[in-house]
Amino acid sequence: MLLSKVLQFVITGVANGAIYALIALGFTLIYNSRQIINFAQGEFVVIGGMAAYTFYVTAHLPLPVALLAAILVVTLLGVAFERFVILPLKNAASISLIIATIGMSIFLRTGAMLIWGKEAMTLPHFFGDKPWNIMGATILPQQIFIIAITLVIVVGMQLFFRLTVTGKAMLAASMNPEAARLMGIRSERMVMYSFAFSAALGAVAGVSIAPLVMMSFGSGAALGIKGFSAAILGGLTNPLGAVLGGLSLGVIESVGAGLISSAFKEAIALIVLLMVLLIKPSGVFGKIGTRRHAR
Amino acid sequence: MRANRRRLVNWLGIVCGFGLLASLPLFLNDFLMTIAVVIGINVIIVFGLSLLMGYAGQISLGHAGLYGLGAYTSAVMSTKLHLDPWLTIVAGALLAGAAAYLIGLPALRLRGHYLAMATLGAGVIMQIMFVELSGITGGPAGISSIPNLKIGHLILDQTGAYFYVVLAAVAVSLWLSLNVVRSQKGRALRAMHGNELAAASIGVDTARAKLFIFTLSGVFAGLAGGLYAHYLTYISPDSFGTSLSILLVAMVVIGGSQSVVAAGLGAALLTVISEYFRTYQDWSLVFFGLSLVLVMIFAPRGLFVETAAVAKRLVARVVKRRGPVES
Repeated sequence: MLLSKVLQFVITGVANGAIYALIALGFTLIYNSRQIINFAQGEFVVIGGMAAYTFYVTAHLPLPVALLAAILVVTLLGVAFERFVILPLKNAASISLIIATIGMSIFLRTGAMLIWGKEAMTLPHFFGDKPWNIMGATILPQQIFIIAITLVIVVGMQLFFRLTVTGKAMLAASMNPEAARLMGIRSERMVMYSFAFSAALGAVAGVSIAPLVMMSFGSGAALGIKGFSAAILGGLTNPLGAVLGGLSLGVIESVGAGLISSAFKEAIALIVLLMVLLIKPSGVFGKIGTRRHAR
Repeated sequence: MRANRRRLVNWLGIVCGFGLLASLPLFLNDFLMTIAVVIGINVIIVFGLSLLMGYAGQISLGHAGLYGLGAYTSAVMSTKLHLDPWLTIVAGALLAGAAAYLIGLPALRLRGHYLAMATLGAGVIMQIMFVELSGITGGPAGISSIPNLKIGHLILDQTGAYFYVVLAAVAVSLWLSLNVVRSQKGRALRAMHGNELAAASIGVDTARAKLFIFTLSGVFAGLAGGLYAHYLTYISPDSFGTSLSILLVAMVVIGGSQSVVAAGLGAALLTVISEYFRTYQDWSLVFFGLSLVLVMIFAPRGLFVETAAVAKRLVARVVKRRGPVES
């Protein structure tokens, strides 16, 4: 009885945590390439989910096509974001970049509201909504899908950064843009790739949870904060840390909400965020001194 | 000599400005006076924030929480303990300052984006507490029938009269802010904003200077909160959310964080825009987001500071063309 309860917390936590992990990876990619925190990361998630809804429900595309189209749209949005907002602010102070990405998040959020309205929307479950039973705990096929896709993405990213020329170039540009440029890598283009990547990850998170939660234009803020907390928990510069951070945050949240009080569930991620920032800003899973280069 | 004269001119300008503001109730109707009161309240918070951002080079996305703390403290003490609202406003300001000190103590070790997120988190947690500590705060419904301010037997429940209270508070906080800017601490802060390491190496205690400004900005936010509570006589957690924190920071940035007065003008501009467009809120927010981005790209020092710089260049060019003026 108790065991099944604990197992249920862990299953729910890991499935939610996988989503936080995807969002956190987006923060990490952008931070590594440009040392900024993208306050509009949560909006990528929401627009991904909403666009998938439009392609599937309104345009009647087959589900896989609709999902891919939504991810593509958000990826292009990420590219445009980098080209029109981040690139012109190349030499700006960090306060200016904070304000500019906050401005973009307000712009994207209200833009989404004008396009899709204020109603919350939801997609059908990809593989049906019949829950599976594991030792008294239940898990939805959608949750298994989320965990699987996160696993695939994490492994795929490792391979990409280790084996492909573009991946290695991105890594080099993030470690030292000047030196990378001297070696013939277009560091600025690498920043654009990282925004594209990060937007795509957000969109994957968005389409994957769209069947489980009611998503509306304003859902991005909370998702962004949780993803960011996960990234900070993992050390912000460390992609693997971001994934572990996401999974732990998901579990902490579901256990906390289950055992203590669900009223404070929204505060749990924030308290974790503040504790990590105040006690160990380099993150629990990050190494001290992971600052890759001085700016 | 010259510096003294310039200072005198500046002070005269400020005094004349306040004289003009004091005559506003003669010209404006009640609706516009309400906006004027709200502007005044926002300006007080923005003075503190502009010291923090423009002079100390730090950011806070949690000031709506401190503002709320001031409002709730004063509201609770005056409704539940029946204390004099004048006293409770001061208590609210001091408590918000104390909270800012406690938040700043660990948080100001962080920089830039990390500090932004930490203060954002602290602000959201404060707002969640306003909702969840419902025994004291009245929960989501908030607190109503907060007593009005009184002078003797005169009850300040009219907007016109309340405007003068807010105006006085604006004057005091402007005076304090300008004194800080011109004090030894202000010079230390500017040195720090220019180059923290260099400032520290010539003996500026940068940690203490930052904490001092953060605490002072908390006091200003708390004072503004108290004034807000006793003006509306009703408060609820909705009024103290992250979107307000962002709006406040936007006021400073759009006005110009390097000058307290420019930031104050930014507060007036954005308050008027947000009140005026209240009915078309959806569309106006799209423009608001976009204009934040555009100002950062094209006028990173703020609209009023950039305008002043352009005006100065034009004047200099005209003077140059006419040749040196005999004096």
